[in-house]
Amino acid sequence: MIIASNVSKKFGKLKVLDNITVNCTKGECIALIGPNGCGKTTFIKSILGMVVCDSGFITFNGKNIKHDWKYRENIGYMPQIGRYPDNMTIGQVLNMMKDIRGKKNFKLDEELINKFGLDEMLNKRMRTLSGGTRQKVSAALAFLFNPDVLILDEPTAGLDPVASEILKEKIIAEKNKGKLVLITSHILSELDDLVTQVIYMQEGKLWFHKSISDLKEDTGEEKLSRAIAKVMTQ
Amino acid sequence: MKKIIKYVIIDILRNKIVLAYTAFLLLISISIFNLEDNSAKGLLSLLNIILIIVPLVSLLFPAIYVYNSSEFLELLVSQPLKRKTIWLSLFLGLAVSMSFAFFVGAGIPILLFQATATGFMMLGAGLILSVIFVALAMLAAVIARDKAKGIGVVILLWLYFSVIFDGLILFILFQFADYPLEKMMVAATAFNPIDLSRILILLKMDVAALMGYTGAIFKDFFGTQMGLIVSFLVLVTWMIIPTWLSLRKFKHKDL
Repeated sequence: MIIASNVSKKFGKLKVLDNITVNCTKGECIALIGPNGCGKTTFIKSILGMVVCDSGFITFNGKNIKHDWKYRENIGYMPQIGRYPDNMTIGQVLNMMKDIRGKKNFKLDEELINKFGLDEMLNKRMRTLSGGTRQKVSAALAFLFNPDVLILDEPTAGLDPVASEILKEKIIAEKNKGKLVLITSHILSELDDLVTQVIYMQEGKLWFHKSISDLKEDTGEEKLSRAIAKVMTQ
Repeated sequence: MKKIIKYVIIDILRNKIVLAYTAFLLLISISIFNLEDNSAKGLLSLLNIILIIVPLVSLLFPAIYVYNSSEFLELLVSQPLKRKTIWLSLFLGLAVSMSFAFFVGAGIPILLFQATATGFMMLGAGLILSVIFVALAMLAAVIARDKAKGIGVVILLWLYFSVIFDGLILFILFQFADYPLEKMMVAATAFNPIDLSRILILLKMDVAALMGYTGAIFKDFFGTQMGLIVSFLVLVTWMIIPTWLSLRKFKHKDL
């Protein structure tokens, strides 16, 4: 569904992405793992077209994304740090996104808005929200339009245990519907029951892209966190 | 595109600075027209104030606004929208707000007190200048990533167009006083939209007679239909080129 071939990106002298080639298929839940600053977010942003890669190309459903923008209709993106216009209220942000993205007779998925209790604080201004509540808004927006692909950048960072359980359940439910989920996280224990494949990156390079059973077999560990720890110390 | 322009304008209105700017212009223009017994004289005083304030506010406010809406831009870029649509909507939203503020603040008093050809010329020049400086501000804001740097550049641009450029022209005039520079002076005005507007408006006024020999040359050129069309085209170029450059830059910007 998403194919990246030889994607490279430099910020000044720093090589953030170095020849990344990945093939992500439908129905998978893929974890992007790697140390801080290894290029995970940049890779995600280049899939979304927020960062323009220097060389290589990315295709979405067989179409190059470089001069395309419509493909983003099929992506729900939850950023690492959700930043929204300060003097809009939650309700206004939600309505604006519905207005910009929503097509007529389109079924919206408002499950997360209700479960997170966002519908009860629609009049709160974005400026006054805590980091966790902002994350809830980001998550609700990512799932709102029923996209085929979900890209979640550190989704549970800053969420309270109840909210992060709700979000995890939602991710599993969407994965079971056959959607592609790309997820980055440093809390590996959380990923255990979510992911089917692992992409491991370090210093902008792709180290491996394996299914989770292969990874556990290769390292001889039962838990993802231990398996990754073993890879990192090798 | 319409939807985004709508949200930009709602956001600008909520910000209230543009409303304050409108009120300020309104206060100045009404008090000037009431101070002078002759409204043609009032128009001349208003001209000098407007040519300083309009570029300054139309540069500073949009530049700060673009920096402050970086979150909003980031949010929009991750949505199924063309970058071109996003940037042009932001530009149009800002340009419409600034020109509308000028129209209400200065345009309506001008039309009330001095609805002559000169008055209309001043109204048109003010509207065009508002748009030109919004375009320049957005160009500066897209090139400089750092907010302080971008706003500094914008202030320097304003200084250049309202003070330094005139100084340079005077310097050249005195240094090369022995040479016939009049024709060159006409061409030089194309490099500064503020000066160009000032000359266009002044030539419509009676005071043009006091401008001496250079004034006569100016009148020869700008007084004609052809001269008017050329100056209008120059002003339009001043709107299009910065917008085009900033759009090109924004299309490849990493957010």
